[in-house]
Amino acid sequence: MSVRHALLALLSEGPKYGFQLRQEFEEGTGDVWPLNVGQVYSTLQRLEHSGHIESDDTADDGPQKVFRLTEEGKSELHRWLSTPTDIASPPRDELVIKVLSAIRVPGIDVNDVIQLHRRYLVELMQQWTHLKDDEADFDLAFALVVDAELSRLDSVIRWLDQAEGRLKRAELEPAPSTVPRLRRRLVARR
Amino acid sequence: MSFLELRNVSKSYGAGSTLVHALVDVSLAVDRGSLVAVMGPSGSGKSSLLTIAGSLEEPTGGDVLIDGKPLASMSHNDKARLRRRTIGYVFQDFNLLAGLTALENVSLPLELDDLSARKARTLAMTALENVGIAERAGHFPDELSGGERQRVAIARAVVGERHLLLADEPSGALDSANGEAVMKMIRGACKQGVAAVVVTHDAHLASWADRVVFLKDGRIVDQTMPPPSVESLLAPARTS
Repeated sequence: MSVRHALLALLSEGPKYGFQLRQEFEEGTGDVWPLNVGQVYSTLQRLEHSGHIESDDTADDGPQKVFRLTEEGKSELHRWLSTPTDIASPPRDELVIKVLSAIRVPGIDVNDVIQLHRRYLVELMQQWTHLKDDEADFDLAFALVVDAELSRLDSVIRWLDQAEGRLKRAELEPAPSTVPRLRRRLVARR
Repeated sequence: MSFLELRNVSKSYGAGSTLVHALVDVSLAVDRGSLVAVMGPSGSGKSSLLTIAGSLEEPTGGDVLIDGKPLASMSHNDKARLRRRTIGYVFQDFNLLAGLTALENVSLPLELDDLSARKARTLAMTALENVGIAERAGHFPDELSGGERQRVAIARAVVGERHLLLADEPSGALDSANGEAVMKMIRGACKQGVAAVVVTHDAHLASWADRVVFLKDGRIVDQTMPPPSVESLLAPARTS
């Protein structure tokens, strides 16, 4: 998560105090990602050092210090927003590795490993969904964060469903391994 | 006491080499006020479970009890009355009658149950109001959007004194906003004391339930625990 860029985005609305930035960051993310004071000020110091923001020199350090966006900061913010977030290369997902490993371990049923995770993920989704149901006032930022979490968890469950289906089919009609061909394709793409 | 109870229910179709076990020794209890989702892939027995729970099909083995009464001990007429008065069904494709308005679709089951037309329409209008679609009461199904049609179907399922709502992929054909609205309405009905069972392959839908039961090859293989509190969910984020 880029706290740095989120702070630049808040400053694009106009000059703000440090304590105000922390409060607005937390509110703007539906209070799901709390920030500690130290994290806010160390990030602001780094941004000031790199010339992306500037502060009122006459004021004391601390909560009363006002920060504003510089032209460099504005360009950096626009560059960040217009650059795709790096999710292109497959992450080394522990769950994927766990399922791949479970296929090989004697005495372990990979379907049990899949179901264990499916239940856990559905329980997490229930928790997020019930937050949505309980929410009395409509809070746009919070709703967006909850939707993001639900979609992320749902995509993992879909993969587990696919994996289970694929394993079942493979059990019924064993086919020659496609691993070398797949690996070649992945290498060729890089 | 649970409003719906399935005790060791089994269902098989065909015979000999074509014998298929759709449900095997399934036990499930649903209280009034509670929403249970049954999740599983296609062919796992979800729809059989729902039709058997709703007395639309007979189990091969085991018992189904509604409000403590075993369906097996009821006459054909008793079961028909139960379906008219107590059980509401919601299907993926809505199953509204094209020649009737939204209001008439909702009041029909009450009129079939010998309620006066006037009383039936009053209750139907209240049900449409509860799902936020009273202003479309005079429209025919083909004049309504998918989301509106499903609202009418939910109103029809809970109209009168129905205490059991059975839904098969109720938001399957809808976009995410309308799907969410449908699940909120079903939860709303549960808060009024309805016992609801939703069968689905979709985790988004299932996550609205108080309890999720996992069905695989006709057997219940697992279920979720009651969801922990909001505080425990946010606690890890707050301490990191």
